[in-house]
Amino acid sequence: MRIPDSILRIDRRIIFLLIGAAVCIPLILKPRFQDSPTPIVQSIFDTVERLPAGSRVFLSFDYGPDTAPELDPMAKALVRHTMTRGHEVSFFTLFPEGVGQIKKITDNLLPVEFPDKAYGRDYVNLGYKAGLGGAINTMVVNFRTLVNADAEGTPLDDLPITADVDEMVDYVIILSLTAGDPGLKEWIQFAGDIAGIPVMGGGTAVVAPELYPYYPQQLVGLMGGLKGASEYESALVDRYPTYRNATMEATMRMGPQVVTHVLIVLLVLLGNLAYFLGRSDRRNRAGRTGQ
Amino acid sequence: MDVTLMLWIDAALTLMILSFLYRDNPFYKFAEHLFVGVSAAYLMAVGFWDHLVPNLLGKLFPSLMSGVVPGAVGRSPDYYYLIPAVFGMLLLTRLIDRWAWLSRWALAFIVGGAAGFNLPRFLDSDFIIQVQSTMIPLVVLDASGNLLWGASFSHVVLVLGVICGLVYFFFSVEHKGALGHVSRAGIWVLMVTFGAAFGYTVMARISLLTGRMEALGAWLGSIF
Repeated sequence: MRIPDSILRIDRRIIFLLIGAAVCIPLILKPRFQDSPTPIVQSIFDTVERLPAGSRVFLSFDYGPDTAPELDPMAKALVRHTMTRGHEVSFFTLFPEGVGQIKKITDNLLPVEFPDKAYGRDYVNLGYKAGLGGAINTMVVNFRTLVNADAEGTPLDDLPITADVDEMVDYVIILSLTAGDPGLKEWIQFAGDIAGIPVMGGGTAVVAPELYPYYPQQLVGLMGGLKGASEYESALVDRYPTYRNATMEATMRMGPQVVTHVLIVLLVLLGNLAYFLGRSDRRNRAGRTGQ
Repeated sequence: MDVTLMLWIDAALTLMILSFLYRDNPFYKFAEHLFVGVSAAYLMAVGFWDHLVPNLLGKLFPSLMSGVVPGAVGRSPDYYYLIPAVFGMLLLTRLIDRWAWLSRWALAFIVGGAAGFNLPRFLDSDFIIQVQSTMIPLVVLDASGNLLWGASFSHVVLVLGVICGLVYFFFSVEHKGALGHVSRAGIWVLMVTFGAAFGYTVMARISLLTGRMEALGAWLGSIF
């Protein structure tokens, strides 16, 4: 078998091994790739930064554990930023599995990194609500119809952070971390475009391309996949150097991303080269047979 | 649950799923079936406790549900909710051949309601405002009247890209001559879009693989 043919017929398991190595080696060696925020990510950071301390922020975790490696870093970066700025954050989810994602933040990150922040005063978990886009619509029309208690069943009136919340427009911004439907698109359609509340957030790399057309008119900013999360983390570290020593997951995971992308580009080039070399070989052989 | 035990279960299931990359095997099948079963059970439990209980049973029998539905105490029953209850039960008639036709009433309501609910929002957000967003100046000037090359170029690419893409999907006239060239440019716009989407998909998949490798690393770290 000639070299071009052997490349084209390479066992797919060898490619799996190469991809596995391209992911694992950077994870072990931990190379740092400096990222700088693009305007579409910077605009989210700037919006959160410019809000006066104590602003009410609505943060919807519209994803489950299957997309957590991409969206958890965004969630952590946003929570760190909003809490550092002193905003009041209401956690919410339109995904049944999102409840667990919120709990990871309220049970693990907040008590460790922000021990002075109290549940019910600085943040609240409003839990999961069924109804997809309809749930958002109901919240915009009459917030208390759908949300009258937190995830544990405590009435909103009994919590200082939500006692004055009667309508969706009482929140100054809506942040959504999206893995599909429902997500940012529905927040734009049913809350942003109707109630005029600024909508922004992040999405997995798979859903990001369909969200870009909403920027900048309907979407203030977007973190697209792990790269977007990494950009937000770098903006956070630049503004608040205290986070320089914190574990920035997206920045750490960009190592495997860069190496794997380079490998895939090389494999695509190699495949094309083998194809064209093989084609000219086949033509030459056919020519000789014809003679 | 004990953290070490969780790490072992996590690692074992990850390895079982990854073993499919070599070839199909009973370990992969076990993990796959377990995943489907657990997901179905989880969604069923969520469906009952987060959909049926607060949205139907809590409205019809508030006194009975006062322990599990916040705000149900002292509320009087809302019998209008019998209508969705009946429609919900009509959906189940699909299980009985003789009465299966009754489920079409409920389905008709769902399809009609969803279409009516979504149409105005999609028309506004995904059509009218999108058209509006494309009506942008091709020459962008700053406050002192200087030409902003980057922004102007970006706007020109956006407008031309939209026009070329639309022309490609305009089938009322044969794509020949000038229209053919614009249509061909439209194909290029689509190809670039698909390429970008593919690149993003690669990023998503590698992110997930990285997450799994980190989990395996944590497991190995707990052993050694």
